[in-house]
Amino acid sequence: MGLFKRTTLLGLLLLAIPSIAKAATPHIDSGDTAWVLISAALVMMMTPAGLALFYGGMARSKNILNTMGMSFVSYGIVSVLWVIFQFSLAFGADINGIIGNLKYFLLNTDINTVFKPTHVSVFAFAAFQLTFAAITTALISGSIVERVKFSSWVVFSIIWSTIVYTPLAHWVWGGGWLAKMGIADFAGGLVVETCSGIAGLVFALMIGTRRGFKKIAMPPSSIALTAFGAAMLWFGWFGFNAGSAISSGALASNAFLTTNTAGAMGAIAWMIMDWSVHKHPTILGFVSGAVAGLVAITPAAGFVNNAGAIVIGFIAGLISWVATGYLKYRLGYDDSLDVFGVHGLNGIWGMIAIGLFADPKVNFARGLIYGGSHQIIVQLIGVIATIAFVAAGTFISVKITSILTGGLRVDEEDEIRGLDIAIHTEKGFEL
Amino acid sequence: MKKIEAIIKPFKLDAVKEALMNIGIKGMTVSEVKGFGRQKGHTEIYRGAEYIVDFLPKVKIEVVVSDEVAQEAVEAILSSAKTNKVGDGKIFIIPVEKAIRVRTGEVDKDAI
Repeated sequence: MGLFKRTTLLGLLLLAIPSIAKAATPHIDSGDTAWVLISAALVMMMTPAGLALFYGGMARSKNILNTMGMSFVSYGIVSVLWVIFQFSLAFGADINGIIGNLKYFLLNTDINTVFKPTHVSVFAFAAFQLTFAAITTALISGSIVERVKFSSWVVFSIIWSTIVYTPLAHWVWGGGWLAKMGIADFAGGLVVETCSGIAGLVFALMIGTRRGFKKIAMPPSSIALTAFGAAMLWFGWFGFNAGSAISSGALASNAFLTTNTAGAMGAIAWMIMDWSVHKHPTILGFVSGAVAGLVAITPAAGFVNNAGAIVIGFIAGLISWVATGYLKYRLGYDDSLDVFGVHGLNGIWGMIAIGLFADPKVNFARGLIYGGSHQIIVQLIGVIATIAFVAAGTFISVKITSILTGGLRVDEEDEIRGLDIAIHTEKGFEL
Repeated sequence: MKKIEAIIKPFKLDAVKEALMNIGIKGMTVSEVKGFGRQKGHTEIYRGAEYIVDFLPKVKIEVVVSDEVAQEAVEAILSSAKTNKVGDGKIFIIPVEKAIRVRTGEVDKDAI
């Protein structure tokens, strides 16, 4: 979160000038608070509405409810854990660069407490960050839908959000070691996108492919629902990225527009590839490309200008198009709804793109094309550390889950019958 | 008596129905069916995954007519269902032993 470092530098400067320092006493700003709370609400909608529809529509009709339910249940679980202890561990006072302390346990603090160095309360900031923790966990489900036991998913959500997401959020945003190194991750290129993508890939490899993968047709239940979900994600993404300025000023405005630009460019890139190679501009491709562009701009939205956003979005569309259409089948992993191909790879791309395109007029980072060579090294360290940590943490989470729930997969009969009836005794459609 | 089964493109149903009405055929049974012939199916692509869809939607019309009308009915279907493109369908003519109207018990010619 670029604002932190920028404000820290500003704070140091102000300390040297006592009269100005007095004027900058932390206070709750109503404009910033309004924007952060609205942003939190926008991002909230991305999980049980946006992601649930986006994923649900891509799952087969016998599994649509189970797929949507996985997003819902993760949102519920993380919502509660976050206010109890996860927020505190992520954003409490730093312990050795690794984890936060428990000073915000149960958010048992004065409601007027300012979350320094922002101008919003701890509660507004915690609410906003809650929605990130929840969607990151829910995102992973896309890799393993149509075969994982619901009980295993519930247990995994609890363990993973605690031992993987929470520390990583601390490292990057909560004053941990990557933050101290000067990592630039505006709205979650590492914390949300790389993190969920790698976790999804690891879980998918551990649970194995769906029965019939690469042999039988697995047509989406409704691309119309997926398109609607993608539109809601795009809308929510304004809160996700522009909200990450934690202020309602110029930086939020830059993030708002670069977000939109990259999303549009990603959609156009995918359409060009579909149209020229497969001869048809598919709607699933168009909306997938939009999500790819939005993912890639997530870390960069508050660091690059719109020219940078165009390049980032275009390359994002190409990366995901190749990953989902070729890489997956060539390598044989069943990342059902392409969490790794869309989120993981473009989270990494967006992080690297900051090192290339960060415009020093926008924020503290200076990319290669503006003559800065330091940032890209920091970004690469962040990416490598995140991949290693998330892969190991996810492996452990999945192993513990498997032990606690007696295996990860539904049995063969339930998988063929569909998880909606087998697990939930409901049908998504009665047509 | 003959039963004429015609498998046609769905969008031609109205034209065929009208053509049969015009030569005095009073009733028919219609079902939505799926199948393929030389035309084969089509390809659907979802994020790069290709599915060959073999079975295409078609409509099957069944009418039972007296022997004298059979040829005329076949010609009516042929002229109204034809698009000159692959996949226009097929017509089968099957002998019928007996026809009975359920309400009145009338048989054969009186029943159709």
